[in-house]
Amino acid sequence: MVQEGLQRALSQSFMAQTSGQAGGTTDDLPRGPVAETRDLNVWYDDFQALRDISLQVPGHRITAIIGPSGCGKSTLIRCFNRMNDLIAGFRSTGDVIFQGQDIYGKGIDPVEVRRRIGMVFQKPNPFPKSIYENVAFGPRINGYVGHLHEIVERALRQAALWDEVKDNLRKSALTLSGGQQQRLCIARALAIEPEVILMDEPCSALDPAATLKIEDLMRELAREYAIVIVTHNMQQAARVADSTAVMMMAEDRAGELIEYGPTKEVFTNPKEQRTEDYITGRFG
Amino acid sequence: MTRTAFDHQLAEVQEDMVELASMVETAIERSVQALEGRDIELAHRIIDDDLKINRKRYETEEKCLELFATQQPLAGDLRTIVAVLHIIVDLERMGDHAEGIAKVTLMLGHEPPIEPDIDLAPMAKIAIRMLVGSVDAFKDRDAGRARAICDEDDEVDALYDKAYGELVTHMVNDPETIDRATHLGWVAHNLERIADRVTNICERVVYLVEGKIEELNVSKY
Ligand SMILES: Nc1ncnc2c1ncn2[C@@H]1O[C@H](COP(=O)(O)OP(=O)(O)OP(=O)(O)O)[C@@H](O)[C@H]1O
Ligand SMILES: [Mg+2]
Repeated sequence: MVQEGLQRALSQSFMAQTSGQAGGTTDDLPRGPVAETRDLNVWYDDFQALRDISLQVPGHRITAIIGPSGCGKSTLIRCFNRMNDLIAGFRSTGDVIFQGQDIYGKGIDPVEVRRRIGMVFQKPNPFPKSIYENVAFGPRINGYVGHLHEIVERALRQAALWDEVKDNLRKSALTLSGGQQQRLCIARALAIEPEVILMDEPCSALDPAATLKIEDLMRELAREYAIVIVTHNMQQAARVADSTAVMMMAEDRAGELIEYGPTKEVFTNPKEQRTEDYITGRFG
Repeated sequence: MTRTAFDHQLAEVQEDMVELASMVETAIERSVQALEGRDIELAHRIIDDDLKINRKRYETEEKCLELFATQQPLAGDLRTIVAVLHIIVDLERMGDHAEGIAKVTLMLGHEPPIEPDIDLAPMAKIAIRMLVGSVDAFKDRDAGRARAICDEDDEVDALYDKAYGELVTHMVNDPETIDRATHLGWVAHNLERIADRVTNICERVVYLVEGKIEELNVSKY
């Protein structure tokens, strides 16, 4: 991937949110972790961004990753669907396991990885197309020929957007509000039926009402999917996540996982002093 | 990153709590003193001062609620405020017990003490010592001390049993004393309850320090 051209890289990035095929079932998720990293180290050229990260992502649960700016949260979450492959100078050691397979292993197709592990970004990024097309795009390019309409409706319902847009499906997605656009992006990710949804600060551009709506939606989605969310909003992590991972920068600025446990524990009685300092706002 | 304003407010609710504790301590001391000396005036003063105790509790409670609403406290900060919220309720109730003792003093009026007098002072002394100790344990974040103080509740319970037995004996032997003995029984009961509430404070100290809610001393009563 690293040696492939920029154009390819960009189209991959584009695919990550959209590609995939309909079908595939999510109710046979195994108990235990759906995805995990083992002793993961990441470098951007000479700079080590992550050190020895071992993190398990359980199925049907919401896992939050918190930590100060620059500690490597986005880097880590991008490792789960090989989005870092697109970055020049990126290099990693250790394993990222998804459903028992090392996704950085030989013969693994990153496009397939991203089809099964969807991503929602900080800024809502709908295509300049109709609402309908935004959602239908992924299933369509994956050759889905069945009832596309049903898939679109189901994804929009799952994303709690259907009632607001059902009479205007042909309208441009860009006419939606920020919160609606973000839910549309979630619908777009859901339409390809991923098994894990990665969200990197999905609510940072949204108002409190839209934020709470997305949080409700996440809880709803966690019945079927594993969700990993990066957030700077401590209260958000406390509200939605079942477990919370806390990352910090070491002396050399490499990101490390310093605490990982049930959210309730992390926010009421953290084990690490550094966690305590960070979540109570006495950090640094 | 610091949170100067918040740190200040957080310190303030704890200081309020400590001040409330010292008001309650004074009330308990005086209640026993008033009883022993049949000091009606002092008893009235305790009853009046209980209003101040109540007011202090509600003021502190309001400050805690404001901190929840405005600062979203977490971790140690959260546990501190939760502990304070619980402790001030127990303190306020302890003030009510002292007031209860003062009311007994009013009821007993100038009646003579029962002969031989029932000495409730040791119970009061232990209860006060426990109270002061629990507040120190809070200030020092000392869970071990809090646990040790809870064990002292057994001494108070034993003294209560003893006092109760003696009072019953009086009542049986001399029906004239029934009213007075009943009143003193209430006093003993109030003191026993005070010590019991100190164990609640100790539980909150353990929660504050260790983050777990455990019942420390299951009182006999
Ligand atoms: N494409 C890149 N090339 C080189 N260095 C990068 C790149 N992306 C991130 N980094 C560096 O890696 C470190 C971790 O960055 P990352 O974006 O993962 O942090 P973050 O925890 O997501 O921060 P924020 O909370 O600000 O989003 C930072 O020091 C950053 O400068
Ligand atoms: Mg980031």
